[in-house]
Amino acid sequence: MNAKKLSQGTLDDVPRAYSMTEEQEDIRQETRKVLRRFSRQRGNLVPILQKVQGRLGYIPREAMVEVAEFLRIPEMDVYSVVTFYNQFRLNPPGKHPVRVCLGTACHMKGGYIVLDAWKRRLSINQGETTPDREFDLDTVACVGCCAMAPVTVVDDKVEAKTSPTRVDGILLSYQIEKDKEGEETQ
Amino acid sequence: MNVAAMSGADSTFQRIKSDALTRVKDLYDGKAPVIMVGTATCGRAAGALEVLQAIKEEVVREHIDANVVEVGCMGHCYAEPLVVIAKPGNPPMSYGYVTPEIAQRLVKDYIVREDISLEFTLGALEESDTIPSIYDLPRFTYEKHFILKNCGHIDPENIDHYIARGGYEALDKALKMQPPEIWEVIKQSGLRGRGGAGFPTWQKWEVCRNAPGKPKYVICNGDEGDPGAFMDRAIMESDPHSVIEGMVITAYTVGARHGYIYVRAEYPLAVHRVEIALRQAHHLGLTGKRILGSDFNFDIKLFSGSGAFVCGEETALIASLEGKQGLPHHRPPFPAASGLNGKPTLINNVKTLAYVPRILGNGATWFSSIGTAGSKGTAVFALAGKVVNTGLTEVPMGTTLRQTIFDVGSGIPNGKRFKAVQIGGPSGGCLPESALDIPIDFDSLKDAGAMMGSGGMVVLDEDDCMVEIARYFLEFTQRESCGKCTMCRLGTKQMLEILGDITRGQGHIEDVDTLSEMAEDIKAGSLCGLGKTAPNPVLTTLKYFRDEYEAHIKERRCPALMCRDLIAYYILPEKCERSCDACVGTCTVEAISSNKKGIKVIDQEKCVKCNTCLEACPPQYNAVIKLSPPELVPAVKVKK
Repeated sequence: MNAKKLSQGTLDDVPRAYSMTEEQEDIRQETRKVLRRFSRQRGNLVPILQKVQGRLGYIPREAMVEVAEFLRIPEMDVYSVVTFYNQFRLNPPGKHPVRVCLGTACHMKGGYIVLDAWKRRLSINQGETTPDREFDLDTVACVGCCAMAPVTVVDDKVEAKTSPTRVDGILLSYQIEKDKEGEETQ
Repeated sequence: MNVAAMSGADSTFQRIKSDALTRVKDLYDGKAPVIMVGTATCGRAAGALEVLQAIKEEVVREHIDANVVEVGCMGHCYAEPLVVIAKPGNPPMSYGYVTPEIAQRLVKDYIVREDISLEFTLGALEESDTIPSIYDLPRFTYEKHFILKNCGHIDPENIDHYIARGGYEALDKALKMQPPEIWEVIKQSGLRGRGGAGFPTWQKWEVCRNAPGKPKYVICNGDEGDPGAFMDRAIMESDPHSVIEGMVITAYTVGARHGYIYVRAEYPLAVHRVEIALRQAHHLGLTGKRILGSDFNFDIKLFSGSGAFVCGEETALIASLEGKQGLPHHRPPFPAASGLNGKPTLINNVKTLAYVPRILGNGATWFSSIGTAGSKGTAVFALAGKVVNTGLTEVPMGTTLRQTIFDVGSGIPNGKRFKAVQIGGPSGGCLPESALDIPIDFDSLKDAGAMMGSGGMVVLDEDDCMVEIARYFLEFTQRESCGKCTMCRLGTKQMLEILGDITRGQGHIEDVDTLSEMAEDIKAGSLCGLGKTAPNPVLTTLKYFRDEYEAHIKERRCPALMCRDLIAYYILPEKCERSCDACVGTCTVEAISSNKKGIKVIDQEKCVKCNTCLEACPPQYNAVIKLSPPELVPAVKVKK
């Protein structure tokens, strides 16, 4: 699984709007901005990575190199921590993150059916991002809203009692929003 | 500590308290109405923020002098969004299932006029002669709110509310006692750790207190990873100061200097509210240097986890705090002797720490008089799954499972039959109907093959497949296994594959024995609680529901009609109504079409078994059914 993540994590997979070196330089700049607020203690590694992901949306290779240099630890140590925790992403996120809860209550009330519906509609698997970078799909172990099962978290908003038809409804509302924005910019 | 310092502590807290009371005077002086909206995560999922917005707008529109307050979770998650209106002269009224429209009506009808709107109310929050009280509900025969006392009644983002309800008084009291006296109170109370294993709290404290090495640490374990459990989240979101107060008292008792609250990353609102609470407590001098004028120093930092179930294990949690992978290590040495940075570190669960100020404030006998011989006090459970009253509940130890599920939880919805209750998450087990009269306490549950765990209780009905639930939990532990111990890493994977085969109808009868053997091996060959308890869901389902395993293997049939490879959807031609096409319209993959007679037919090849048609079929026809094994579906020609 790590090998797969690594291959996704290389910048080769990232659609490039501008030259590689420019994007790399950008990432390094942003990472340094985060690092300024921390002391060089190993215990800060996880909080640093959280802040980097908060800024960039994921943790690219260049950022890991920067962090390793800053904390004076091997790059491999940073990579091992990034791949250990479920929260860290190695590939860029979509504009709207979709998180399907597969906690016990959600699973028993059909969370897996909801996950299937998202996969079908977005034509991607979990852990992937749609080619237009609008949505990315993943599962989450439990968001603690078991009373509202099955739930899906879209853009940090918890959608209660989701069903395959509700999935279509949510996607439709995003499409309408996008169309509106398109009209306004025209 | 000298006498001068003691009197200093006294006046310091009295000053803080009277300041707080002055600031919240408006809420309690009974002049203006107070409207409280529950905005914990569960409330938000049901639309509490929209309700809050509607109320605020309506209050402005009607020019009302009212206080609108955000509060935490009252535990009645089934009735969210929940609104409480306290109008002078009347008992506080709680309203459930509130929509923005109902909220605006309540403001107009109840606050502007005098209509109490009984049709929307759950009941009054105080006993009253004229208005039905919420405490008349059967669940309150059993419920006793100790650590949920403030949840849903105070604004968690305002420390004044907590202080006004007696908060931090126990800390003030503690700082005037000697640490061994506090330790003695906790010992007498019989408090056991609420994280799952039920280790006596006083013993852990004693080890840490006597361990050499400085500085010592106190860590609050808020890494509530069990799927199906949300008690710690609710407490951190609804009453964060009770946890902070408990931590400071604990630190004073064991002589710690630094503290961490470790909160799961999946709980952003809890992180946010604990952060605010920490800032406010520090501002008032309730943490930090020379707390309340004493010579005791203790600071607390918040640490947000990054999504790893194994980090709920204490040694893994410490590794995570040190910036490493969250791998557990061998115990001893126990963290209480050698933990964070090699120093003595006390790790207690959120609920354990929240009990500390209550016990100290009310005395050890108050706590130990409730519960059973071995397990004192109350148990907090998150009720979820197929139960009417989903939500949080706090009942005395010794209450039976039946009372909790059928009286507190009001039983199974939709007239279905109870099948099992899953307790303790991935480490716990599934108990059948015959075990329902077991009293809830640490030891009885363990004897039955389940465990208290952190307190998740998922109720399962006749539509839930026990093989599938065992597979689900094993899939979870297999994915979350950190990979350090071979038995846990490879064994859970093997078991998962066997269970997967069984749910797909490809199992063999000898698989059942292989599963039990492997379960014992994994238990013996794993270092931490994750591996030691991972096989429990399989073992308990094998023990109580062996017939379901056999039906899957021998007949390729899922008795609960849940395993998707073993079922098929079918529309009964004699029941299908020609003029109705509800299922055709809702089918997400266009697998349903009408035949010449107008009867709907499912194309089995296209069908993804998403259950939408079954739900869409109007109840007067009820024509869609599930069949297992799928071969039972009569062969029909489908118009392509």
